[in-house]
Amino acid sequence: MKIAVPSQGNSLDSMMDTRFARAKYFIIYDTDKETFEVIDNEQNAAAGGGVGVKVGQDLANMGVNIAIAPHFGPNAEQVLKTANITMKSLSNITVKEAVDAVRQ
Amino acid sequence: MKIAIASGKGGTGKTTISTNLAYLLKENNYRVLLADCDVEEPNDDIFFNIEWKENIEPFILIPEVDPNKCTGCGECTKACQYHAIVNIGKKTIVFPELCHGCGLCTYACPEDAIREVKRPIGKISNGYTAENIRFFKGLLNIGETVTTSLITNLLKYIDENEKNYDFYLYDSPPGTSCPVIETTKNADYILLVTEPTPFGLNDLKMAVEMIRKLGKDFGVFVNKSTIGNDDLWNYCKAENIEILGQLPNSREIATSYSNGGLILKDFPAYRKEFLKIYSKIKV
Amino acid sequence: MKEIVVLSGKGGTGKTSLTASFAILEKGNIVVADCDVDAADLHLLLTPKINETHDFSGGKKAFIQKDKCISCGKCIEACRFDAISDDYVVDPIGCEGCKFCVYVCPVGAIDFNKNISGQYFLSDSRVGPMVHAKLGVAEENSGKLVTYIKAKGENITRQNNKDYFLVDASPGVGCAIIASITGADIAVIVTEPTLSGLHDFERVLKLTKQFRIKSLLIINKYDLNLKMATSIENFAKSNGVKVIGKIPYDDDFYESQVEGKAAVEYSDKLKSMINVIWEKVKENL
Repeated sequence: MKIAVPSQGNSLDSMMDTRFARAKYFIIYDTDKETFEVIDNEQNAAAGGGVGVKVGQDLANMGVNIAIAPHFGPNAEQVLKTANITMKSLSNITVKEAVDAVRQ
Repeated sequence: MKIAIASGKGGTGKTTISTNLAYLLKENNYRVLLADCDVEEPNDDIFFNIEWKENIEPFILIPEVDPNKCTGCGECTKACQYHAIVNIGKKTIVFPELCHGCGLCTYACPEDAIREVKRPIGKISNGYTAENIRFFKGLLNIGETVTTSLITNLLKYIDENEKNYDFYLYDSPPGTSCPVIETTKNADYILLVTEPTPFGLNDLKMAVEMIRKLGKDFGVFVNKSTIGNDDLWNYCKAENIEILGQLPNSREIATSYSNGGLILKDFPAYRKEFLKIYSKIKV
Repeated sequence: MKEIVVLSGKGGTGKTSLTASFAILEKGNIVVADCDVDAADLHLLLTPKINETHDFSGGKKAFIQKDKCISCGKCIEACRFDAISDDYVVDPIGCEGCKFCVYVCPVGAIDFNKNISGQYFLSDSRVGPMVHAKLGVAEENSGKLVTYIKAKGENITRQNNKDYFLVDASPGVGCAIIASITGADIAVIVTEPTLSGLHDFERVLKLTKQFRIKSLLIINKYDLNLKMATSIENFAKSNGVKVIGKIPYDDDFYESQVEGKAAVEYSDKLKSMINVIWEKVKENL
């Protein structure tokens, strides 16, 4: 199972970003392999309209099963829903804590 | 003759100048059309008693996907530059508010699964003021971002349907970016309204730069001329920019404006300031 | 971090003077962004020293290579924005960057390149870090530039552990404003007691409501028309918007601007009044 968490930094101990599509990084945690991948989201963080759509689609293409964020924008929400990605609302914790909270 | 009334800075008095100039020209028996192109916040109609005649609903064309024909190939998503159409698995969804209405997805679809439907973006109303000034107003729907499209629609409608006027006055949105260019690019003359404050001067400089890029003839009207400092006047002198008239900063004028009053009706003494513009632009 | 956006449907209501004043009052604990990129004036009062200058690209535009073009007319036919002239030149202002022409060109004669449409600056101002921009004259995409500098400002606010991120927005209700209010914790709307002011307030409030952003109202020059001020106040109240300040008509707003100062630095009377208003903004966060 793959879990996507928006992050302020590039490690599991980084705090979650307060934004979803415009987060600084994304950390994609693979619970089957216990590995993670860091995605630099700088380009999307400062892009024009439609970022929620684009990020939602990128996560779907990566085969993400669960996305975590403080809250999701309406466009991102619609894409994630269509892609059958489960949305969990969490905030003010580290990436690792977020992953642990939803992995069961 | 087409005259656009513009300003870099908002709130300098474009609406005041547009409405009073229209009134003055009409008084001098010209056939006048006034179009409020500040479609995000149009206010010219406040200053007139208007008998509305017609409402037109401008639209852009957005895609609608036929799920029975769509194979989920994703060609539309690849083509779209605005992330407005997204293919996920077998499903393709459209985000109407991100769509610019270019039509490329329809063309890119190999299955002929996309047809275009109308999405209204605002309203264009027209009528006549009590003085018989032909009046147009564009109004952008709240939440819409296609300001320029609505202005294009408004001016195109006027070009095609309203041919018999001596003067066309276009009250422009503030600023120097695309909606302003759209309003001013076909004008014969541009009247820039400003005030002699640091903000007014800074924004006037940008507006002048824009107009010079467009290669248009223009002049400046100084509103609230009694405030601020000499920098604006010195700038205009140094740049050889003609000042067509001025109005003092006055609580009485501001109060009359607040109630929707025209200066030419409430304070006839200022008529001469508008006559200067008139003598400059009359045919 | 709390993000506060100051806006006004109508121009000339005193929005920038108030924004500068709020910033002065919160000096040292605030990051400021001038998102009125079309007519940026905040720098005239906060005198930023520019540390970094970056080019900004609003998006890609089509460009026809004359030597490859066979004048078949397909691009002109495809373009819905009338951006291609009869002699096959793309007007960069009209071009929406949709790429339709590139798709239909049978000989690959159309390039699709990034267009530099402005610059943004990371600066140190009298109150702390400031992000601002200059949109190239006759350029578009101010919405995208606003989004860009806001994202920069948010990051700087976090990195520097400041409590407040203050955004000066442009007038209107279009793309630049939508970009300015997106993600804000609170919107402070500045209006004046005129029919235009009421009308523009109604429209801008509709927008903040649509984006579910809590709004507060300041009526500047309220004594210009007391009856109108009351109408606006009643309209605000019936829409659940708190009126956090009524400022009388005061020429000191202009005078302070000439001196390059924020209103709170020029007049003690305005300072005490605006201070109360700023405290109310913070209470409502």
